[in-house]
Amino acid sequence: MEARVDFKGRLQRSLDDRGPASKVEFMVTRVTANAEAARQDYPFTDVMRDRSRAIRLHTLANLDIYLEEFAEAAEANGTAVFFAGDADEANRYVVDLAAREGVELVVKGKSMVTEETELNAALQRDGVEVVETDLGEFIAQLAGDTPSHIIGPIAHLSRQDCGRVMSEKLGIPYTDDPDQLVAAAREHLRERFLTAGMGITGCNLAVAETGSIALVENEGNGRMTTTSPRILVVFMGMERIVPTFGDLSVLLNVLARSGTGQSLSVYTNLLTGPRRPDEHDGPEQVHVVVLDNGRSSMLGGDLAEILGCIRCGACLNICPVYRQVGGHVYGSVYPGPVGSVVTPGLWGLAPWHDLPQASTLCGACQEVCPIRIDIPRMLLRLRERTVDQGLAPAWLGWSLRGFAKAASSPRRFASRERLVARLGRLGSRDGWIRRLPGPARGWTASRDFPVPSRRPFRQRWEERDHGGA
Amino acid sequence: MAVQLFVTCLVDALKPEVGEATVAVLEAAGCEVEFPADQSCCGQPAYNAGFRSDARRMARHTLDVLDGTDGPIVLPSGSCTDMIIHHYPGLVADDPEYAAKAERVAGRARELTQFLVDDLDTTLRVDDDRTIAYHPSCHGLRNLGIHAQPATLLEGCERASLGSEEKVCCGFGGVFSVKQPEISNLMLQQKLDAVETSGAAVLCGGDVGCLMHIEGGLRRRASAVEVRHIAELLAGER
Repeated sequence: MEARVDFKGRLQRSLDDRGPASKVEFMVTRVTANAEAARQDYPFTDVMRDRSRAIRLHTLANLDIYLEEFAEAAEANGTAVFFAGDADEANRYVVDLAAREGVELVVKGKSMVTEETELNAALQRDGVEVVETDLGEFIAQLAGDTPSHIIGPIAHLSRQDCGRVMSEKLGIPYTDDPDQLVAAAREHLRERFLTAGMGITGCNLAVAETGSIALVENEGNGRMTTTSPRILVVFMGMERIVPTFGDLSVLLNVLARSGTGQSLSVYTNLLTGPRRPDEHDGPEQVHVVVLDNGRSSMLGGDLAEILGCIRCGACLNICPVYRQVGGHVYGSVYPGPVGSVVTPGLWGLAPWHDLPQASTLCGACQEVCPIRIDIPRMLLRLRERTVDQGLAPAWLGWSLRGFAKAASSPRRFASRERLVARLGRLGSRDGWIRRLPGPARGWTASRDFPVPSRRPFRQRWEERDHGGA
Repeated sequence: MAVQLFVTCLVDALKPEVGEATVAVLEAAGCEVEFPADQSCCGQPAYNAGFRSDARRMARHTLDVLDGTDGPIVLPSGSCTDMIIHHYPGLVADDPEYAAKAERVAGRARELTQFLVDDLDTTLRVDDDRTIAYHPSCHGLRNLGIHAQPATLLEGCERASLGSEEKVCCGFGGVFSVKQPEISNLMLQQKLDAVETSGAAVLCGGDVGCLMHIEGGLRRRASAVEVRHIAELLAGER
């Protein structure tokens, strides 16, 4: 994936126009409250999370075995399984398939992996029309926009924004009434579902023992996409396997609860091979594209745990940084805490080293994660690599190194403390500094900084000791 | 009981009165406070910024200073306590001598409110007639489970709630607030709004880092809300 750098530029845009971020805040506040209620209402939250974590870590540790088992079972069901090393290979498989089968129109269910490979653009370059059918993705596509949230792609838009986009692009009278907008989308999409030659969806989880794909959604567009067109293509990250149907049921118990606060998504689609001779509907061909694209390089390393993520989006919703800036600032298909680990993990630290810095390490992500993934630990490891690779700002290195040196020598530390106190008083009014120089000036743009004390604690302690109190 | 005070570098340099209040509270709770004079910084700023070898250097120094002293090591900071308990062992793991020190020191390190309530079962309570809000610092809350202890120390006080913002990070994050001042500020302003609408006259907490961040923001707003470390309230300072 092409690195979209310039974190600062994107941040500045978000600071200049707070509109999208305020809509994100509105959306995630509601979802977080629902998810918290679901967590509390469900008596098995903790045990299900422990079990889910165990299943995910076990699967990752034995991924080669389960991928092979999945592929064998899927092929036995009549599914074609293609292992793609990178995004280009994955896209080419689909583009070639569409050309071979004479497909002119593709309907798509929601899939972050196809966002990752930029599949739509690849198909369009080959003259294939692609229509997103998830309502949020549909509106994003109409607007020429990209998703800003892994499960709520247009978290950054209001319903008025949606109304404007749909009115302009579909030629319908403006309305911001959700029911009318949904009806307009349904009318537009229904015809496409019936005429599309190919459906493409993502995959929440794939079951190794049966070769099945589990796809959860709330709009029914996933069911239409997977049953109506003649050819179905499923895109999945290679880590998205569970060993058994029993394991799947455990994970489905935590997925929707964490993601949206629902006990279960409205639709849980289980796809096990193409239409059989005695069946009335379903695709004639099913293809599963299993994507590596950097994932295997993370296995066995100190970032492997993040591959256990089931993409519920809870860490985005709870993250105070994500809430303030929204998903586009991250510049990656995968934003928020999980994205700040996955993105540099998959595609290298150098273009993405700003992402692991966009966190206070407050730990809210780990607390809310249904797989209990230790995201803060991995952000720290990535920051260490950032320093090791010389990507950290020089001023930070000088100041922290100088501080470390002083702090390891008691005499030097005490004298440095006195010096800082003296300097501080120069710029102070009543014990607080209103403007700091250099790299610290951002701090005092919006808050005062306390002047170091004339008498540090260690001095007070000594005086007290000598005073013989 | 002899206790070792690790006062933390922020308290030492910026808020020495919090250190004095901590001493007063520990003494009121019947402890004999000792202050290992060579202590400096636990190394968390360097550690969180990814400067692992510099953090290790400070960790080794701190371990040299603290190991070999007697009794519990008490810190008026959840964040620095978390650093010692949860990050020192990994940081010095490749050196058996320091790994052993880290294990011993981590076993003795206690955050102040934890120590007072869980270990000493103290009868000390904050005696203050003003309305008080409490800001739980992230590392204390999530990594040390500090939640009930400050509530116990504040029982009897009139409390103001920060509502859904209570457990949301204030945006300090140490070096984060310097490296990402804009994002940090957005988070801070949300916290300040919650503080100001809570009706609190005093905001207290257990970590000087977050508190000076919040206080710096409140001052810029010319807010009347006072910011105090919980040790200061316990010591009866106002």
